[in-house]
Amino acid sequence: MQPKVITLKVNGRRHAVASMPNVTLLYALRDLGYTDVKNGCEKGDCGACAVLLNGKAVNSCLVLAWQADGAEIVTNAGLGTLDRPHPLQAAFADTGAIQCGYCTPGMLISAKALLDATPHPSDGEIREALSGNLCRCTGYDHIIEAVQLAAERMGE
Amino acid sequence: MQVEFELLMPKTLSEALTMLAPAAERGLADSSTPVMPIAGGTNVIPDLRDGRLRPAVLMDVSALDVLRGIRRENDLPGGLPGGLPGGRHGGGFIIIGGGTTIATLLTDPLIAQHAAALRQAAAVFANPLVRNRATVAGNLADASPAADTAPPLLVLDAEVELTSRSGTRWAPVEAFMVGVRKTVRRPAELITAIRFPVPPANSASAFHKVGLRKADAISVLSVAVLVECDADGLCHKARIALGSVAPTPIRARAAEDRLQGQVLTPALIEAAARLAAEAARPIDDLRGSAVYRQRVVGVVTRRLLTAVVDQARKVSSQFFGESPTPEEQSHATQSHHTQS
Ligand SMILES: Cc1cc2nc3c(=O)[nH]c(=O)nc-3n(C[C@H](O)[C@H](O)[C@H](O)COP(=O)(O)OP(=O)(O)OC[C@H]3O[C@@H](n4cnc5c(N)ncnc54)[C@H](O)[C@@H]3O)c2cc1C
Ligand code: FES
Ligand code: FES
Repeated sequence: MQPKVITLKVNGRRHAVASMPNVTLLYALRDLGYTDVKNGCEKGDCGACAVLLNGKAVNSCLVLAWQADGAEIVTNAGLGTLDRPHPLQAAFADTGAIQCGYCTPGMLISAKALLDATPHPSDGEIREALSGNLCRCTGYDHIIEAVQLAAERMGE
Repeated sequence: MQVEFELLMPKTLSEALTMLAPAAERGLADSSTPVMPIAGGTNVIPDLRDGRLRPAVLMDVSALDVLRGIRRENDLPGGLPGGLPGGRHGGGFIIIGGGTTIATLLTDPLIAQHAAALRQAAAVFANPLVRNRATVAGNLADASPAADTAPPLLVLDAEVELTSRSGTRWAPVEAFMVGVRKTVRRPAELITAIRFPVPPANSASAFHKVGLRKADAISVLSVAVLVECDADGLCHKARIALGSVAPTPIRARAAEDRLQGQVLTPALIEAAARLAAEAARPIDDLRGSAVYRQRVVGVVTRRLLTAVVDQARKVSSQFFGESPTPEEQSHATQSHHTQS
């Protein structure tokens, strides 16, 4: 195996990194310091590693870093900051949708992809949109509520 | 990942086919290394991690734009296998690039209009994150008995386009999968497309999957049906396919034969559903028992057939019958749209 230099544009910042062929995008991002991308299962089951890859929500554990060469990536940290949180991030905090927080970055990415396509989703649409993201703490109800609240606030 | 491999990144289809061509043909000494394609990676990466796969060389096909997209063609260059001209039924073909994602199937207007069963399968396929990566070719090549695109493609009489450096051949989906994770694809071939004849307007199709939860479930069993009939319910064509009840997705031919050429009464549908259940050869596993699967295949088949026969008859009466009811009238407005 030989490394290759690939470029990733993450949350607006360009990185050139030497990467081996067997490295997944999940590891490449975490090694770059984007530790808001979580490693839960590494096989597509939990959604903790979700990022936007060229605008589409995907599991970064199922993408080889080389496959993402040249791509634009947005992680949870790219949606907003502590001072200026994204309405989804604010709503998650306000409704108590976060307990241990491990699933939260992935949940937010899936929720962002949903609201981009469907600004006023129904309860069922939210549940379907988040069906690839597992949460072991909240029982989901507060998360659904948070997405609804964010949709309302963004519609105002 | 622990496992090590080389990764080839072809930029064009011809480059990819050259990389796949047997090493001997390329004049290389080491001819023992087959090159394994990777597209969405949603099967390959978990399999690499579990140690189920140990390929020495992977080749990424996810960057090949020519493999993506869905189009309709009325005349196929080269015609059909067996020297038949293209454009059976006069309706042409829908052609799905092998690298098309499941998410695209879900939003594509041609699929929504002409292949309801395939759209419905895409809607319950994995979850939105996986659907954005998973491809149709990857689903068929993986050849799981639970591959959700397979039953809809079987009822649509779909064929798989296999391309190598030495040319192209078409294999019916039914002949493509030959066992659990076994297909007739040769190592030098890529799945470049999947095509099916556009079903006539007086037909309807549907898919239903029974899983252990509402979303992101692997099929316990699945059923796809397609029926073409006239306003009086006389059946011109019937297709029934089952997933997760045999080593490969299968057609229930005895059940289909029971319907074809007959008037589709509830009693006849019931009889066909029973034959479909008999065609199932399920196993007991952690997702369900064989007995459960067999019974539920019958129930789901009956419900789907009842629904699609109703739809197909309504469309037929719009085109060929007299004075439709107001309800039929509103339905017909929609189906008129599907005609264009
Ligand atoms: C969480 C999760 C949920 C899932 N749920 C479902 C589900 O509900 N229903 C379902 O059917 N599947 C499901 N799957 C399985 C998987 O997502 C599908 O089988 C998917 O369609 C595979 O496509 P891919 O592009 O990711 O294939 P890859 O993993 O890239 O490849 C799969 C196989 O196809 C071969 N291949 C890929 N492209 C080509 C090509 N163009 N030509 C020749 N060979 C090719 C590869 O060599 C490999 O053998 C799920 C997977 C995960 C991780
Ligand atoms: S870590 Fe990627 S889906 Fe669980
Ligand atoms: S808050 Fe703990 S996993 Fe969701």
